[in-house]
Amino acid sequence: MASSGRPEHQAPPEIFYNDDEARKYSSNSRMMEIQQQLSERALELLALPEDKPCFILDVGCGSGLSGECLTEEGHVWIGIDISSSMLDVAVDREVEGDLILGDMGYGMPFRPGTFDGVISISALQWLCNADKKYHQPHKRLFKFFSTLYASLSRGAKAVFQLYPENSAQLELITCQAMKAGFTGGLVVDYPNSTKAKKMFLCLFTSGGNCTLPKGLGTDVSDDQVAYSDKRLTFGKLKGKSAKKSRDWIIEKKERRRRQGRDTRPDSKYTGRKRKPRF
Amino acid sequence: MKLLTHNMLSSNFVKGVTKGFPLKIMASKIEEKEVDFNPEFISRMIAKLDWPALYTAAGDIKKAEGLPETITENYESNEDFLKIAHNLLLQVEIIEGDLICPETGRKFPITNGIPNMLLHEDEVTGDK
Ligand SMILES: C[S@@+](CC[C@H](N)C(=O)[O-])C[C@H]1O[C@@H](n2cnc3c(N)ncnc32)[C@H](O)[C@@H]1O
Repeated sequence: MASSGRPEHQAPPEIFYNDDEARKYSSNSRMMEIQQQLSERALELLALPEDKPCFILDVGCGSGLSGECLTEEGHVWIGIDISSSMLDVAVDREVEGDLILGDMGYGMPFRPGTFDGVISISALQWLCNADKKYHQPHKRLFKFFSTLYASLSRGAKAVFQLYPENSAQLELITCQAMKAGFTGGLVVDYPNSTKAKKMFLCLFTSGGNCTLPKGLGTDVSDDQVAYSDKRLTFGKLKGKSAKKSRDWIIEKKERRRRQGRDTRPDSKYTGRKRKPRF
Repeated sequence: MKLLTHNMLSSNFVKGVTKGFPLKIMASKIEEKEVDFNPEFISRMIAKLDWPALYTAAGDIKKAEGLPETITENYESNEDFLKIAHNLLLQVEIIEGDLICPETGRKFPITNGIPNMLLHEDEVTGDK
């Protein structure tokens, strides 16, 4: 049974992400690493203007691991999530972003034109479920996307890493997004690897650059939406360039200095692997 | 909840509400946390802000002292002004209290710094 292990089939999100599940986001290093890698890639796909501090919304921000990537890049963010246990972990983590308890299916509670961009990590597929009697997934998706569109500034983009259960779900999601006015499409990284494959729905508002980036680990430009309906587990994103390398760190520190932020001087230790501590 | 968030937050997603802005703040616990000063970001946000709403919000939580009622001219190069705005927008946090919808009086409680914007079934627009 391919889908019996999917969290979305076990309980509504505010129940599934209880204190026990939330704790994993601050204790399970593998899970944390995956969240971070996905967030960094989503941020790369968002392609915000270089060296401009932006105001970003993180949908399904959970414990704030994705938000911390935004902070690292010098952006300010607001996160919204339906699980108070997950948000409590974010508070404990002392994330710099501001947090809101909310259900994306009710619509985004913001003034028009607020955000410069949106990221969302492993959350959107939850909206395809009807967890309450009065829930209709297509309506909740449409409400979410249309209010999200309104809350974006002109030309802003939204990047969702997601785990759709099957192609019908993916179609439901993209169809509602387009109906709400977004353009864009799906970027699939490592489409030929069952382990490393990852999907990112990249949505554009009008007035911006609307070229869909290429997926990693592929030469075909139109990434085919061919995937099994298994929840994909994956190891390290292979082939990805030197994130966290010495050069990458030095560039990042340079950016921080230009933003006038506190930054440690570079030294021969910069970017060195630390010995494991016990 | 920071006042920057408050300035962007609206109850316009609730059934029957048209603008839902600004939400009134009733605070019972406020803290200040240090946040890196980023003048470029603050300048960008001032351009987006609804300044009268910020001024009123600051008054609601008794932090309006020293805050000009209108945006200072050439604020991008006025570091004193940007620092006041920085403190108010990013460093002041409402930890406990309520947000109140200006149209319906509906309360959204703030607990542990987090506003609760969850709705009841009959408040959701066109979802039945
Ligand atoms: C895999 S976790 C993402 C974790 C997050 N990126 C982090 O850094 O901790 C998915 C999150 O989506 C949230 N979520 C699911 N359905 C939601 C909904 N309808 N509205 C808001 N958040 C939702 C869950 O509560 C959960 O925290």
